[in-house]
Amino acid sequence: MANKPRVGIFDFTGCEGCELNQLNFEDQLLDILEHVEIVEWREAMDGRSETLDIAFVEGALSTPDCIKRIHEIRRKSKVLVALGACAVQGGINALKNIRPIEQVREEVYGQDKYLFPTLPALPLSAVVKVDVNVRGCPMTQLEFLKVFTALVMGKAPIEPGNAVCTECKLKDNECVYEKGMICLGPVTRAGCDAQCPTFGQYCTGCRGLVPEPNIGAMEEILVAHGLSMDDARKKLQMFNANQLEGVS
Amino acid sequence: MGTNLDIKVHHLTRVEGHGDIVVNMRDGVLEKARLEIVEAPRYFEAMLKGRNFHEAAIITSRICGICSLGHQMTSFKATEQALGLEVSEQTVLLRKLLVHGATIQSNVLHALFLAAPDFLKVGSVFPLVGTHPEVVKAALRMKRLANDIGEVVSGRAVHPISCVPGGFTQLPSAKSLAVLRERLEKQMLPDLVFAADVVATLAGEIPDFTRETEFISLRSDDDYALYDGDICSTDTGRVPDSEYRRMSNEFIVPHSTSKHCKVNRSSYMVGALARWNNNHDRLCPEALGVAAKLGLKPGCHNPFMNTVAQVVESVHCCLDAMAILDRLLAAGIRDEVPNQDPTRHGTGIGATEVPRGILYHEYTYDRQGRITAANCIIPTGQNLANIDDDMVKLVPEVVDRGEAAIAHLLEMLVRAYDPCISCSVHMLDVKFTR
Ligand code: SF4
Ligand code: SF4
Repeated sequence: MANKPRVGIFDFTGCEGCELNQLNFEDQLLDILEHVEIVEWREAMDGRSETLDIAFVEGALSTPDCIKRIHEIRRKSKVLVALGACAVQGGINALKNIRPIEQVREEVYGQDKYLFPTLPALPLSAVVKVDVNVRGCPMTQLEFLKVFTALVMGKAPIEPGNAVCTECKLKDNECVYEKGMICLGPVTRAGCDAQCPTFGQYCTGCRGLVPEPNIGAMEEILVAHGLSMDDARKKLQMFNANQLEGVS
Repeated sequence: MGTNLDIKVHHLTRVEGHGDIVVNMRDGVLEKARLEIVEAPRYFEAMLKGRNFHEAAIITSRICGICSLGHQMTSFKATEQALGLEVSEQTVLLRKLLVHGATIQSNVLHALFLAAPDFLKVGSVFPLVGTHPEVVKAALRMKRLANDIGEVVSGRAVHPISCVPGGFTQLPSAKSLAVLRERLEKQMLPDLVFAADVVATLAGEIPDFTRETEFISLRSDDDYALYDGDICSTDTGRVPDSEYRRMSNEFIVPHSTSKHCKVNRSSYMVGALARWNNNHDRLCPEALGVAAKLGLKPGCHNPFMNTVAQVVESVHCCLDAMAILDRLLAAGIRDEVPNQDPTRHGTGIGATEVPRGILYHEYTYDRQGRITAANCIIPTGQNLANIDDDMVKLVPEVVDRGEAAIAHLLEMLVRAYDPCISCSVHMLDVKFTR
């Protein structure tokens, strides 16, 4: 390729774990750097850039300043990639959206609540056009690498539409329901190789909901396994509070 | 002399999260020198309310990707104390192993990727790939191995999977632990010694600045305290973790979305340098040897030396991780399930050292095992007032160097604290329901 793609990495409201996972490519980082030019990455380097081929954006939007910055990034980037659950669905941050925002602000800052402007936590796609999603909390390195390779080669990456359960079965895991636990695998989008059930944990739904999820049936399963309807709802909200409001 | 200064570093680079450095001087009088925290507030308390004990650590670990393990550990300790869940010795040893891995990973990342470029006068680690490839490769190897500890023991280094309140959902095999033990000795230890040599060559670049301050960290009788211990101040000594509110004492300032803290003075410092000053007598001889080589002495009041203290304690963490692995392997890995049957309900406190300093979580649970109140006090928030105080002393000392040089020095100062601004702005509840 004649010119290396110019890449920027940006972060909004989140834990920066996805960014960290980009630094965690110990074995591939030096190869990656051969194929792109990283021109803006506040967490790791000084400097800014006016035009970009690819922008990787982590975190949810939760202040007026975030909205302004994401518009700027969109304007100067050819391809915009949402990185991780916060950027794709709002992630854990969206849990703050399920209670009145004034109440939430007051609980935390008391009478000083007006010092710090805040908005409901939103995914990037609520404000600008997103070209590619890399899901997960944190995003998996394997998936990032796939998306990255596709983009550098000028191809459109493919997003899995099946449920985590299918990957879990492929791995021959014992279903955690058999161990008396609950799991959100049936309504959660695959692509992580069923990481959590593979390590004996339940799927908390970090990759977002499958297309057209049957939330009613999922709630029934959770209730049949001992949760109250309220707790079932809370489990589903963990990473998907914004989506649940939209789908049910 | 009528010196005027107007410095604004908008969105400081090579730190986690968003902060601005602001300095104003009029006619030689310093009006303002401080770190303004502009990170978006996150409101974790609102997220935790009503959640059950299985979810607390999953949610709070998302406060910070770099310290996700530390948040989990602290969360488990608070939950287990509140609900009366005893954990096995094997669980404690595995957790301590995870803490060592996370500490090494974070310290190495900071020292070699974020701080070293300052000493080598470049804007990031990327140019070092060309000029200092062996340093970058050693740093990557160390990070890989530190992350592998997390992956082997807990399934994932960022946002660990298998450690849960009461124990582990899945245990690592003895074989995989033996491989880790071997790699720590054959690979990590030599790499750390090499990293210490690299830092030694840069030691002349470390600014000569001191300001007397209070240092607070954990301290225990039998350990270089990271996972557990009492709260210890260089000013007033040891107190149990139940006194954490008095020993942090949060308050709101308008220039920061993160609350500030002070105890016996206008500010105090937490982190590797605080741990060094409080606990150097608990370090292994090899780590003390590295400290001597790097000129780090007990009672060090130069905040720029925090990076050096990080390298020193990484050596200790590596050797102690090897000792823990020896114990685990000698005893054999026992199959056990997490103890998740509450014996009581109420309030519990967890205090743990994470790479950036002492971290507190406190939860109150109702009879259904649901959170009714929560409070987390994060290390970077505790350091903010100390950073501001350092700036106020430092700026007049270097005032004739010119704005650009002063701005750079202040950036180095802030970076030396390895601040994790995104997690300092989690903002949990400060009110407790009576
Ligand atoms: S463990 Fe979860 S993801 Fe796996 S099969 Fe069972 S329900 Fe599906
Ligand atoms: S199993 Fe579920 S919670 Fe775990 S990584 Fe996959 S999607 Fe996320």
